[in-house]
Amino acid sequence: MSKEQFDYFVNGDQGKYEVIIGLEVHAQVLSNSKLFSGSATKFGAEPNTQVSLIDSAFPGMLPVINEECVKQAVRTGLGLNAKINNYSVFDRKNYFYADLPQGYQISQYKNPIVGEGKVLLDMPYGSKEVGIERLHLEQDAGKSIHDMDPTSTYVDLNRSGIALMEIVSKPDLRSPEEVNAYIKKLRSIMRYLGTCDGNMQEGSLRADVNVSVRKVGDKKFGTRCEIKNVNSIKFMQMAIEYEAKRQVELIESGKSIDQETRLFDTKKNETRSMRSKEDAHDYRYFPDPDLLPLKLEQKLIDDLKKSLPELPDQKKERFIKEYSLTPYEANVLVSEKEISDYYEEVAKLSDKKLAATWMLGDFFAMLNDKGLNITQSPVSAKNLAELVQSIKSGEISGRIAKEVFEIMVQSGDNPKKIIESKGMKQQSDPKELEKMINEILTKNKDKVDQYRSGKDKLFGFFVGQVMKVSGGKANPQLVNEILKKLLKG
Amino acid sequence: MSLDKEKIKHVAKLARISVDDAKVESLTKDLNSIFKFIEQLNELKTDKVEPLTSILNQSLRSRVDKINDGKIREKVLKNSPKENEEFFVVPKVVE
Amino acid sequence: MSDITTQNLKDIVDQVKSKKISSVELTQSYIKNIEKGKKLNAFVTTTFEQALTSAKQFDTKPNFEQLLPGIPLAVKDLFCTVNTKTTAGSNILNNFVPTYESTVTKNLWDNGAFLLGKLNCDEFAMGSSNETSFFGNVINPVGDQLVPGGSSGGSSSALAADFTPATIGTDTGGSIRQPASFTGTVGLKPTYGLCSRWGIVAFASSLDQAGPMTKTVSDCAIMLEAMAGFDEKDSTSIKKNKEHYSKNLKDNVKGLKIGIPKEYRVDNMPKEIDELWEKGKKILKDLGAQLIDISLPHTKYALPTYYIVAPAEASSNLARYDGVRYGYRSKKGKDLIEMYENTRSEGFGDEVKRRILIGTYVLSSGYYDAYYLKAQKVRQLIKKDFDDNFTKVDAILTPSTPSSAFKIGEKTNDPVSMYLNDIFTVPVNLAGLPAISVPAGLDKKGYPLGLQLIGKTLDEQKILNIAYAFEKNCGYKNNIKKWWV
Repeated sequence: MSKEQFDYFVNGDQGKYEVIIGLEVHAQVLSNSKLFSGSATKFGAEPNTQVSLIDSAFPGMLPVINEECVKQAVRTGLGLNAKINNYSVFDRKNYFYADLPQGYQISQYKNPIVGEGKVLLDMPYGSKEVGIERLHLEQDAGKSIHDMDPTSTYVDLNRSGIALMEIVSKPDLRSPEEVNAYIKKLRSIMRYLGTCDGNMQEGSLRADVNVSVRKVGDKKFGTRCEIKNVNSIKFMQMAIEYEAKRQVELIESGKSIDQETRLFDTKKNETRSMRSKEDAHDYRYFPDPDLLPLKLEQKLIDDLKKSLPELPDQKKERFIKEYSLTPYEANVLVSEKEISDYYEEVAKLSDKKLAATWMLGDFFAMLNDKGLNITQSPVSAKNLAELVQSIKSGEISGRIAKEVFEIMVQSGDNPKKIIESKGMKQQSDPKELEKMINEILTKNKDKVDQYRSGKDKLFGFFVGQVMKVSGGKANPQLVNEILKKLLKG
Repeated sequence: MSLDKEKIKHVAKLARISVDDAKVESLTKDLNSIFKFIEQLNELKTDKVEPLTSILNQSLRSRVDKINDGKIREKVLKNSPKENEEFFVVPKVVE
Repeated sequence: MSDITTQNLKDIVDQVKSKKISSVELTQSYIKNIEKGKKLNAFVTTTFEQALTSAKQFDTKPNFEQLLPGIPLAVKDLFCTVNTKTTAGSNILNNFVPTYESTVTKNLWDNGAFLLGKLNCDEFAMGSSNETSFFGNVINPVGDQLVPGGSSGGSSSALAADFTPATIGTDTGGSIRQPASFTGTVGLKPTYGLCSRWGIVAFASSLDQAGPMTKTVSDCAIMLEAMAGFDEKDSTSIKKNKEHYSKNLKDNVKGLKIGIPKEYRVDNMPKEIDELWEKGKKILKDLGAQLIDISLPHTKYALPTYYIVAPAEASSNLARYDGVRYGYRSKKGKDLIEMYENTRSEGFGDEVKRRILIGTYVLSSGYYDAYYLKAQKVRQLIKKDFDDNFTKVDAILTPSTPSSAFKIGEKTNDPVSMYLNDIFTVPVNLAGLPAISVPAGLDKKGYPLGLQLIGKTLDEQKILNIAYAFEKNCGYKNNIKKWWV
C-alpha cells in the first residue's frame, strides 16, 4: 500500500482552499423499547402501531427513561474512548412540526451523557485521529409523508420517541474520503458493541454535515453551512464536494456566506437553502421538569467497561500479532464484526495467512459479485477452512482450488466431497509424474532439443502440456522440479 | 426592559399563535406590566447561587427495557380531527 | 332524614357503612342538588347515568372495608377520566374524550368511589378566580356574585354548595388553597411528588400537585390517603411507605413549634386578615403550641419567580395542543403553520395566550439567563429560607389569602392585580412543600377567610393534625344560604 500525500483541496481562481468538515451523526439505539416509553422499536411496522399515548403526546402523559438506552450510550462512549459523565441532564428542545407531537424533543443540551473522545481512521497516508466533541441521547421524531395526497401530509409516529445517540465530531475531517472512513469506523464500532445496527437504508444511521472552507494557510475557520439529513455516504460526499465549490465561488466573488441550514437535492446533486428557518435556531432549551438529572454510578460505568467486547482497533492489533497479518489485511478483516468472526473460524481450522489471502481474494470477489454480505455467504467458514487446508497440504493445487471453490458456491457442498467425486486430487506422485513427463518429452523431442540449445521460454510449453495431459491436476512444484531435472538431460 | 410590537409578533410566531393588530396592542400593554412586575428579581444578587435543578432529592429512576406499550392504533387515532384508519392527517407542509 | 348532602364525608361514609343510607340514595341526593344549582356553573360535564349505575353496583355487592365505599365524587376537569370528556376549561379540548384514566382518580375509584361529574376550572389551571374558563364563570355559593377563587373554582364551589361530598383539585400556585379560603372549605396541597401527575393535564410540571378539597380536616385526611401513592409512570413520583393519615389523625399540638413569618403581609392588607392571624396564633398557643417569630426573607420575590417559571414550563407543556392528534382544529389555514397558528389562537383564551407568550419569551435566545435561569436561582433561595427555618419549627402559620373573595369582573382588567391573590400560596409551590388552608373566620362582609399551615417535606400528617386541632377549637361554620335554588 503506497503512502499517498493528502491531496483534497478545492482549486479556486484565487488560490487553494481546504475543506473543513464536522459531522453530527444520529444513530438509533438498539433496544427493545423506546427511550421514554414502552413501545416497540422494530423497523417496518404498520403505521402508528408502535405508538403509545406518551409517544403521541396526549394530555397528562409523562416520560420514564429506559435503562438499556442509557447503558447503550455509555457503551458507545467507551467505544469512542470518551469521558462518561456521571451527571447529565435532559433538556427540552422546543419547536413545532407535524411529526413532533409534544412540540418539543427531549434531548440533552449543556450536560450530555458522554464528553470528549476520539476515533482513529486508517487512511492511505497514515493514521488520522478525529476528535469527538460529545455524545448525547435524544428522541427521534416521527415520519411525515408528503406524497400520498396532494393537499395533505400523513404522519406516522412509529419512529417518534426511539432513542438516538447524537455523536458530534470536532471539525477535524478534511475530505470526502475521510468522511467515508469516519462513518464506516463509527458504524463498525457500534455494530461491534451492538449499540446500533448502522443500517443507513432503514434510517438507523443518518448524518448532518457541517462544511466550511478556508484558504490553505489560514488559521481562522470560515462560516459553515449545515447540510441536514443526508442518508448515504455517497450523497454526503457529493454534497460536500458541491458545497465546498459553492462556498469558494461565493468567497472569490466577494460575497459572504450565510450561516444556514441546507438540504442535499439528490436529483439535482446540489445543496439548497431550507425554506424560512429564521427562528429554527431558537429552541428555547430548558431542563425537562418531568425528568430529574441522570446520575450514573461509577460502578455501573466500570462494569460496562469490563464487559465490552473486543473493539476493531484492538482486534486489528491482535490479528497482526497472532495471525501474522499485514496491517492492510487486518484492517479489511476487522471492518465488520461478522467478517472478523468468520475469519477467525476459518483461521482456527486452517493456515491463517492463506485463509486471509483467500478471503481477501476469491471469497470477497464472489460476495461482491453476487451482492451478498458475509452473513449470506453460500460458503460456510468451516468449508472455506477445509478448502484452504487442502491447498496447504498439497492435496489440490491452487488452480484446481479455484474450480472447487466455484462448485462450492453453486452447490454448498464441502470441498472434500467435491474433490473426491470429481477426482480433482492433485497428482503428486513423483514416479507417476516422471512417467508422464517422460512421455511428453519423448513426444516433443524437437522442442526438447530447442530448449536445451537455449530457448528457455519453451519451459512454459512443457508445463502447459503436463497440465493438459494431467487435466490440470499435476502438482505444479513437482512438475517444475521434475521438468528441470529431466530437461537438463 | 420594554417589549415592543415587533418583539411580541416575533414571540407569537415562535409560539405558533396568530395575533392581529388589535390583539398586539392589548398584549403589549399587559405583557409590559407583567414584565415590570417580574423584573423585581433584578434587585437580588445571585451570581453565587446554584439554580434549582430539581425540587426532589432523588436521581432519575429508570425502567426495564421491555415492550409493554403501543399496539393501540385505534385508541391513538380515535380523537383525530381528520379521520383516517392509519395516519394522522394534516395540511401539507411546504419544505 | 336530614339532608345528607350537608354532612361531611366522614359522617357520610359512616352512614353508608352502617347501611343507614344506600349509595343510590346518596347519589340521587347529590344529583338533585346539582340539577337545582346550574346557576353556579360549577360543572362542565355531569355523569349521572354512569354514577347511578356504579351506585347500584355498589349496593348490590358492597365493600365496606374501603376508604370511600359507594361515594359519588365530582373532580376538577383537569383530571383525565376514561370515556368522559375532559376539557381543562378550554376550547382547545372542548371535545376531548380520553381513552385513559389519571392515576389519582383511579386511586379514588379503587377505594370505592365513582365519578359524579367534571368540575369547571380556570383554563389550563391558569387563574385565581375561575373567570378564564371557556365554559364561563363559576359563582361562589357564598353569594353576592363573588368569585369562588381559582383555578379550582368549580371544585370549591361545588363542595361548598353540597354538590359533592368532597372533591379534588390541582395546585400550582395556590389553586386549591385560595379557592378553599374563598369558600370556607379545607384544601390541601401535598408535598411535590406525593401524588402522581400522570393523566393530569399539565400546566407547570415542577409545581403542579393534585390535592383534596373537603369540608373538614378529617375528610381531608381520608381523601389524601385515597389519592396519594407512588406511581412508576411518573418520574417525579416519590417512593415511600403508605401513610394512614385518617387513622393517625390526632388533635395534639402540645410542644409543637409554630413559625410566624414576618414577611407574610402586604401593603393595604385588610385589618381583618391580621386579626384572623392573631386569632389563629392564640388558639394554637392556648392548645400548648409554641409560637416562634421567623423570617423568610425572599418571600416577596416568590410571585415574580413564579411568573417566570410557571409560564415557561406551561409554554412548553401546551405546545402539544396543535390540532393534529386531538382537540380543536381550526378550519382556517392553507398550510400546516397557519393551521397551528389559527388553532391555537382560536382554541386558547387570553390568559393562556398571555402566559404562553411570557413563557416563550423568558426562554428565548438572549433572555434565558436574565429570566429563567435567574428565577431558578431565586427559587433556590426561597427553598433555602424554608429549609433553614424548618430546623427550628415544625410548621408555619400564615394567612391563606391577602383578602376575601372579590366580585366577578373586579380584577379582570389587570393581570398583575389578579396574580397578587396568590402571594401567600406561591412560595409553597416553589419550595415543593405541603400546605393546608383551613377556614378560620369571616370578614366584616361575612365572606370566608382561611389560615394556611405549611409543613416540612412529606410531613402531611403533622399539618393535618395541627389543622385538626385548630378546626376543633376555632368553631368556624359556613353560613351559606342556598340562594341559587
